[in-house]
Amino acid sequence: MTSSTLSEPQRHLEAQIRWQPVEIAFWLATLLPFVLAANYLVLASQIAITALFALSLDLILGYAGIVSLGHAAYFGFGSYTAGLIAKWGWGEPLTGLAAAAAAAGVLGYATSFIIARFRHLALIMITLGLGLLLAEAANSASWLTGGADGLQGVRMWKLFGAFQFDLYGTTAYTYSLAVLFLAFLLARRLINSPFGLALRGIRENAIRMRAIGAPNPAHIRKVYTIAAVMAGIAGGLLAQTTETVSLETLSFARSADVLVILILGGAGRLYGGLVGAIVYMVARDQFSGINPQYWYFWIGTLLIAVVLFLPNGILGGLTRLTRLVRSRA
Amino acid sequence: MNASALATRGLDKSFGSLVVAKDIELKLPQGERYALIGPNGAGKTTLINLMTGMLRPDRGHIFLGENDITALKPEERVKCGLVRTFQINTLFPHLSALEAVTLAVCERQGYARSWWRKLPAYGDAVEEAHAILVSLRLATSCYRPTRELAYGQQRLLEIALALATKPKVLLLDEPAAGVPRGESAELFSVISDLSRDIAVLFIEHDMNVVFRFAHRIIVMVGGRILVEGTPREIAADMRVRDVYLGGTRHG
Repeated sequence: MTSSTLSEPQRHLEAQIRWQPVEIAFWLATLLPFVLAANYLVLASQIAITALFALSLDLILGYAGIVSLGHAAYFGFGSYTAGLIAKWGWGEPLTGLAAAAAAAGVLGYATSFIIARFRHLALIMITLGLGLLLAEAANSASWLTGGADGLQGVRMWKLFGAFQFDLYGTTAYTYSLAVLFLAFLLARRLINSPFGLALRGIRENAIRMRAIGAPNPAHIRKVYTIAAVMAGIAGGLLAQTTETVSLETLSFARSADVLVILILGGAGRLYGGLVGAIVYMVARDQFSGINPQYWYFWIGTLLIAVVLFLPNGILGGLTRLTRLVRSRA
Repeated sequence: MNASALATRGLDKSFGSLVVAKDIELKLPQGERYALIGPNGAGKTTLINLMTGMLRPDRGHIFLGENDITALKPEERVKCGLVRTFQINTLFPHLSALEAVTLAVCERQGYARSWWRKLPAYGDAVEEAHAILVSLRLATSCYRPTRELAYGQQRLLEIALALATKPKVLLLDEPAAGVPRGESAELFSVISDLSRDIAVLFIEHDMNVVFRFAHRIIVMVGGRILVEGTPREIAADMRVRDVYLGGTRHG
């Protein structure tokens, strides 16, 4: 192993970022729906997409401390980009997804100059405003977006020219899961890099960052653009796997939902958004099956319970629990 | 005497009618240890904020070596070698001491922009950070989160973060604030052992420490520099005795 050539402090840092068995188990478990819940692959695909969206929010909120109430802007922008390209006759999924990523990235980069100048409450208002602005623009440009009826006529070609997007969601889930996993690997690299450390520095103490010579605005612009790209990919996936795009992809509700999901799972932890998405989406599916109109009652209860008893989300709670068990053992 | 490492010319600052800095002329020669003293509210921290760019002066100029840095942002001044610490701990609570100092080294080296290779791969940065922590006797607790460190260790980490930027001029805002008397001498021995390439200006209230570690002392009162001189001169100065060491001595 190379670890013998590493110094003691390096080994210590290395140990913090090593792949844990539980992580490998997690990713293996994401394959279970194929065998155990073949009827739920459409839901599984939605969960994977939401998890990717939450992961992108985690990069800016959980790591860099940038609070956003308008993250759906990039999700929806990617969604409409992918949808429109397919509608206009180019239904190839991978290039369509790349276009969604690029479009959301450009929008993210453009808005990042405003984002990098503000913090806290002002930031919440600005991201909220940007999100509402884009949602309204999409609503009024119904000649382009289909308005409240949604974007119709999206036809996807076969993935790799071989796999049809079917009603059962087999292709959809495989595709979404693979993209999620690749994006996760990227996020993991980013978080464990010097740049990732700088982001945590901004979250922990932006004033001290300036006092050690860090260009905070440049760091923030960069991570915000990367997060926008990732959100755009998530949006693009939704458009491609459902073959439609609705205004809901840009809505405030979607921005709020993803925030809830991330806080539920645990912000500032790579798996926070993923675990949050699974819990939230499965709970919504189950609760709304029993009693649709009370769905938000239960999610509200769940949210208050988590914030009260698990301030670091479900994952924070699990970490504490395993520490407790280990110290007892 | 050496060329000045840091100088200010005619620095003014007021908040409304409150004058916090008036015509501040200051020269800090290379490698010297200067103390900045004065009663509470004299404008000592304000002066550090002005020099490091956290406040903009109404008038006047700040020079680092030959260069006019008045227009530079705080982080740009750090890149030029003008670095400060804080009176109230301004650290990264959830980062370990090693991570925090490595971060400061990475920012200096320009590694902090790179997001592809993992942190431990930057062995030189990690080693340098660790060496700084060893030299400040923080090695044994360097893997613990900052918020779990003892208060005195956090004060040392304040200095460690500043050193990681390789400063030419170091401005220490009450480095021993809140540290028990016995330990503060130890902390200042760390400061006086710093490389002689670094010019140091420190704010301190404990006169024993000031007279022991400072080569020269600047006395500020009401936003102005009252007098500057060697410890011996300051101790003998009647004006200083009146306003500072005399009856109105603060707690």
